[in-house]
Amino acid sequence: MRMIVKEDRKSVVAWAIAFVLAALWLLIALLPFLYMVMNSFKGQFEMLVSGVFSLPEALNFDNYVAVINGGFLGYLLRSIIVTSVSLAGMVLISAFASYPLSRMKFKLRGFLYGLIIACMSIPMHVTLIPVFKMTTASGLYDTLWALPGPYVAFAIPMSVFILANFMKGIPVEIEQAAEIDGCGKYRTFFEIIIPLSKAGISTLCIYNGITFWNEFAFVKTLTQSVKAQTLPMAINNFKGEHSVNIPVILAVLALSALPMIIMFCILQDKLVKGMTAGSVKG
Amino acid sequence: MVNRQPTLSLQQRRKRSTAVAATWFLAPALILMVIYIAYPVVETFHISLYTWNGISPDRTFIGWGNWETLLQDSRFWQAFINNIKIMVLSILIQIPIGFLLATFLDADSKKFNLFKVVWFLPLLMSSVAIGFLFQYALATNGGLISTISNLLGGKNIDLLGSPDRALYTVIGVIAWQYIPFYMVYFLAGYSGFDDQIYEAALIDGASRSTFIKVIGMPMMKPTIISACIMSLIGSLKYFDLVFVMTGGGPGYATDIMATYMYSTSFKYFKMGYGSTIAAGMFILITAIAVLVRRVLTGKEER
Repeated sequence: MRMIVKEDRKSVVAWAIAFVLAALWLLIALLPFLYMVMNSFKGQFEMLVSGVFSLPEALNFDNYVAVINGGFLGYLLRSIIVTSVSLAGMVLISAFASYPLSRMKFKLRGFLYGLIIACMSIPMHVTLIPVFKMTTASGLYDTLWALPGPYVAFAIPMSVFILANFMKGIPVEIEQAAEIDGCGKYRTFFEIIIPLSKAGISTLCIYNGITFWNEFAFVKTLTQSVKAQTLPMAINNFKGEHSVNIPVILAVLALSALPMIIMFCILQDKLVKGMTAGSVKG
Repeated sequence: MVNRQPTLSLQQRRKRSTAVAATWFLAPALILMVIYIAYPVVETFHISLYTWNGISPDRTFIGWGNWETLLQDSRFWQAFINNIKIMVLSILIQIPIGFLLATFLDADSKKFNLFKVVWFLPLLMSSVAIGFLFQYALATNGGLISTISNLLGGKNIDLLGSPDRALYTVIGVIAWQYIPFYMVYFLAGYSGFDDQIYEAALIDGASRSTFIKVIGMPMMKPTIISACIMSLIGSLKYFDLVFVMTGGGPGYATDIMATYMYSTSFKYFKMGYGSTIAAGMFILITAIAVLVRRVLTGKEER
């Protein structure tokens, strides 16, 4: 409730302009989605004949049925597996790393922190060929398990940056009290630091959950067959098979966006709060 | 060890146990990063000295040959310039609009919840999905823009097929995708403000626009700067969306470093030269990141 309104004519005009622009941006943000959903219910030729802005003749789910029969649920399941495994690994490993970097004093601390953070600007493409080689050599190529390793590794720099900043804010006294009570470093970590970092950890899960769910370059390079591929490849593969049947592809797009939209509706409030927890402390 | 232990003071022992604990806590992250980031980066530079198709075991050492080619490779430099164009325009478009949207929402985020939800939607779609969606939505025949143009009495507009317009179209789509991110980021920045600041400004009779100009913008400066750095590094790394939507085409009009690297390595299987492109990309991005960080943080301190 931060209305600072001087009810004079000038501010009324300003608000009117702001609302018009806001509505315009609403339209820009929404139009591609409307296009996608509306046309995904149309037949292949219906779309060509009737134009993009007309409502579909009937609400026919044929395209969606075709997509689901085309193995969509398998892709969905694999995406869920890869994303959850990677998230679990990411949370554990970056929490482990953030703890000493934010709360212990040792020689190489500054150097190691700087080194990890510097990796944020390294593009994954620089590593793509060697990672491809290693994956082939280790026998992980074309399996689901090729993916969590690189996903987690590339998520660490950003995650440590956010989480270490967050952990710095936890009062030292709590930790000292635990130490006096005979609580070792490891127990302190699991029983005090982790529970107190929940807000920071949920920020990481939001950021990285979206990234893992949508990741494309590694899946495309490290897998070949459907049995190892996640949702972004479903879109790619359906496009290859049905390149002329646009409504079917729009149905794939709509279906693959749906889980994220549902998650967003559930977690909406946490999202902005979570972003706040991590983003702008430093 | 056992004999020496009693000679250590309590403080020394504490120091040592801290170091041991720190090592254990850091080990998993460091090991993973060495395997998937550090070693591959070094190996990429190594492979850049060979010609190699990526499949056969034998590769030929050619020294700096690939690097000499890269320096004179107009397609690489064109791709780099495209990256730079995307970078500059992304910052100029995404940050101000994201800032405006956040400022609007911050006025009363409960009442404007519908705006917030809809504005956020693009961020939930994968780059791949957005790439395909816009390929159809911006089609010359029957796409959104062409249809609107027809309704207004104009002709079809070819956006992605025209070498002059394709890159700017791509930049527009990238903006559509990422503006919500900066919006939320700035919104988070605003929510870090103390409510008392607003109250004080209100008592002094500040209007909302004066408030933003005089207090909001300066206080948001660190947030704006880090948003700029993120946008900058992000635009040098773009891949998915461009790869899917245009594949670098028409011709090489929307080719960027990452798509050029990918097609060289995994479509034409020239992994030696592909590694050279990747390594070149690494050098350029690191140089720009270091430079910009220095300039921006230097300014901040003054």
